Amino acid sequence: MIPELGHFALVMAFALALVQAVVPMVGAARNNPSMMAVARPAAQGQFFFIIFAYGCLTWAFITSDFSLQLAASNSHSDTPLMYKITGVWGNHEGSLLLWSLSLSLWTVAVTVFSRHLPEAFMARVIGVLGWVSLGFIAFMLVTSNPFDRLLPGAPEGRDLNPLLQDPGMIIHPPLLYMGYVGFSVAFAFAIAALLTGRLDAAWARWSRPWTTVAWVFLTAGIAVGSAWAYYELGWGGWWFWDPVENASFMPWLLGTALIHSLAVTEKRGAFRSWTVLLAIGAFSLSLLGTFLVRSGVITSVHAFATDPARGMFILALLVVVIGVSLLLYAWRAPKLTGGGSFGLVSRETTLLGNNVLFAVVSASVLMGTLYPLFLDALNLGKISVGPPYFEAVFVPLMTPVVVLMMFGPFLRWKDDDFGAAVRKLAPAAVASVVSGFGIALAIDHVTWRTVLGLTLAAWVVLASLQLLAGRLRERAGASVSSRLSMIPAAWWGMWLAHFGIGIFIIGVTMVGSIDSNLDLRMKDGDQTEFAGYTVRFRGVVDAPGPNYDASRATLEVSRDGKPIATLQPEKRVYRAMGMPMTEAALDIGVFRDVYVSLGEQLPEGDWIVSLHHKPFISWIWAGCIFMVLGGILAAADRRYRRLAERTAAAGALQQAT
Amino acid sequence: MKPRSKRLMLVGGGVGLLVAAVALVLSAFQQNLVFFHTPTEVLEGKAPTGKTFRIGGLVEDGSIQREADGLTVRFAITDTAKVIPVSYRGTLPDLFKEGKGAVVQGTLSPDGQFRATEVLAKHDENYMPPEAAHAVEQAQKAGATVSQ
Amino acid sequence: MKAKFLVPLALFLLLVGFLGFGLSLNPREVPSPLIDKPAPAFTLARLDQPAQTFALDEMRGQVWLLNVWASWCVACRQEHPVLVELARRGIVPIVGLNYKEVRGDGGLDARGMALDAETGLAIERARGWLRAHGDPYQLSVLDIDGRVGIDFGVYGVPETFLIDREGRIRYKHIGPVTPDNLQNVLIPKIEELKRAS
Repeated sequence: MIPELGHFALVMAFALALVQAVVPMVGAARNNPSMMAVARPAAQGQFFFIIFAYGCLTWAFITSDFSLQLAASNSHSDTPLMYKITGVWGNHEGSLLLWSLSLSLWTVAVTVFSRHLPEAFMARVIGVLGWVSLGFIAFMLVTSNPFDRLLPGAPEGRDLNPLLQDPGMIIHPPLLYMGYVGFSVAFAFAIAALLTGRLDAAWARWSRPWTTVAWVFLTAGIAVGSAWAYYELGWGGWWFWDPVENASFMPWLLGTALIHSLAVTEKRGAFRSWTVLLAIGAFSLSLLGTFLVRSGVITSVHAFATDPARGMFILALLVVVIGVSLLLYAWRAPKLTGGGSFGLVSRETTLLGNNVLFAVVSASVLMGTLYPLFLDALNLGKISVGPPYFEAVFVPLMTPVVVLMMFGPFLRWKDDDFGAAVRKLAPAAVASVVSGFGIALAIDHVTWRTVLGLTLAAWVVLASLQLLAGRLRERAGASVSSRLSMIPAAWWGMWLAHFGIGIFIIGVTMVGSIDSNLDLRMKDGDQTEFAGYTVRFRGVVDAPGPNYDASRATLEVSRDGKPIATLQPEKRVYRAMGMPMTEAALDIGVFRDVYVSLGEQLPEGDWIVSLHHKPFISWIWAGCIFMVLGGILAAADRRYRRLAERTAAAGALQQAT
Repeated sequence: MKPRSKRLMLVGGGVGLLVAAVALVLSAFQQNLVFFHTPTEVLEGKAPTGKTFRIGGLVEDGSIQREADGLTVRFAITDTAKVIPVSYRGTLPDLFKEGKGAVVQGTLSPDGQFRATEVLAKHDENYMPPEAAHAVEQAQKAGATVSQ
Repeated sequence: MKAKFLVPLALFLLLVGFLGFGLSLNPREVPSPLIDKPAPAFTLARLDQPAQTFALDEMRGQVWLLNVWASWCVACRQEHPVLVELARRGIVPIVGLNYKEVRGDGGLDARGMALDAETGLAIERARGWLRAHGDPYQLSVLDIDGRVGIDFGVYGVPETFLIDREGRIRYKHIGPVTPDNLQNVLIPKIEELKRAS
């Protein structure tokens, strides 16, 4: 009965999405306030029904209702409660519902926090979001209904894929989806602005905090996903350039370009048509990413063949959403030329350069991801494009981005003196190159990659410090604390996020240069020296879990006779599917991780053990945390709140008179 | 500088940057493509020697052997028509089993052994990696044409 | 409308064209090399009475389905109710080819097992599975080492072969049979073959 209620709620949500998509848009076109006023209640009602449907689905998972197809395929009565709940989105249908839920959440947030915007504009924004929602709910109802029954019910479920039974996977998908879907708000603002023909600084200012928040979610989601890959996949890598990761990385790249482009549009009125294009692009890549991952097309291009209706629906949805918005762009954008002009050496130029580079990088990632799929789909042979391609492209293209990233904040808007800027930054640049070489020599790993990476990291850190010092020198009379508090949150956000890039580069370069790995066979009592540590193998015991059986090894890690850590990696077999899984054990430190995973047991009873020493790997995620904090600060800047308060007050005043 | 020539420089610089970037992407793409071959194609000499490529197929039953160090593994990969001996040093993926699909990446040495640097096994219990399935399918198509 | 603003749209449409073309090539309809060829002959032990064997030739003169299954195969469970329903309607006899019952199961290592022990385990597991999910098969045979499966070109379980009166494979379905496949593809083909003679 509960699943039927869920299905019914989904149908109701569809009806409300239709109302939300059509009525406010017509109202905005005819300037009819009562029709425009439908937008908010429709969006909020839709949210109610979707969350209700989502609750019903979760309930079926929690109560192990295996007469529901989805629960039977992705849950098991022995699965821990937490993974019953997360199992809801560990599959195609459930994750679509999560997508719709987060879209609805964003829409409701827009209805609540954007009361100060002009009514006609708001009606269009919510209308556009309604169309997107309509597409997704229709997709579920027509081809991927999460509430399909399995009659007669299965006595037992097949369990959630063991790889997904991990704490990282509890928060990764919701974060990622909040990010993906968040770009739909930026997209809706851009489309609404195109429709009204009002693409000005005000539009950029309204759109900025939303875009930044979406970017924060996406950054956090990607970082958690990569941390999960690092400790769960059992071989110590943190980024594999595999299609699933690329699918989330492409919108991140364009989204990063978008938040910077929006800044220029807000401050200088320039780049307007480019900003709109980026907003459309970031959302399109989010859609593409969702479908690439969720349709199974990556695992096998032939996944569509099991259900061609699904593939065609996806394609049709992409064509409608992206095609219509690009058509609208082609129609409206020619009117947008102009805006503030700027000189050859100016902050605009550095931002434009980085924008172009970001776009090229995401295009190259797109090509590397889709090209093998195309060839395969057209039966032209099978190829794979691996990490070497992405690294060969990424490193040279991102190097100028990082250089320009620190150069930009030192330049004035509109026009600046090239010579003066170079003189200002020359000491930092020289110091960076020197420390790049110096550290590479110190760690005894002088390759061009290491030197480049360390130089760039030093450049970011040194230039960041110089930027902060310069900012503090302003208002020389005041005390340091008051000078610090005078700096707006948005500036701190920019500073932190850029600084985080530096930390991130340190982590990536150090791990890439001097990590070490040793695979060996061990039996109880064996001891080995590895990366300055002594590792002693203390045997393997059986350790059954709730829904798996495990062999758990114990290894003692010590240095110079002092015990450092006891690590217990496991080899698990999940009972429902009989699927084996490697569970690594880590000793996490600020300057290095020691990472141990258990291979297979040899016929003689020995075990294969894989030891990894990962210097500075935590810095990768520390860098991401800085970026996320930076994003949060930027979005929380007072001027957005002030703007909201002011217009709300003005609105109240108007109503009063 | 006149605004016009300034603009020209900006556009020229942008286009130059773009062209350089595209050239970089395309050349990296050319150099780093990893082609896929079936065991039959490898034995027909269609695969390059000294260049990295992938082979897909089934791990032949009874072929997995470990050397004394326990880490170097030898096995054979087959598309049911032809067999390629493979050697690999390192930990094998969880789902690597005899009689199951696998994809190996590495280079072919002159003695006909394939030295794998990477071994990929299938994603779940039902289906093989697409490349492995493709190899078996190809071999069977070929077999069918021969028997006609 | 200036032409340069149409560039993004044109690029996008090009991409969609490719994608649509790719999707329209349905690889599952690429004919199997075995289609219209005599089914590879086999003689295998029966699951219900392992002492007795069953040979392909025994089905000569009938239109029938050969369904490849195993208890470790997750997708088999998905298609199973469809087969049970098909058997209940008595449209066509179904023979089950139990494929690599033990060796196909990633969680079990059959390398060290003696063949007798492996067969015993296979029988126990397969029978238990049929008891739990229903038995749509006229009978099932045991393909312990998967050789017959390889002869049939099986590369993903489940697969279903439609075999005619002369013992030729007329149609192959890869992956789970859905009610939709059954109604719109399999049953029409079965009826056609039954009418043919």
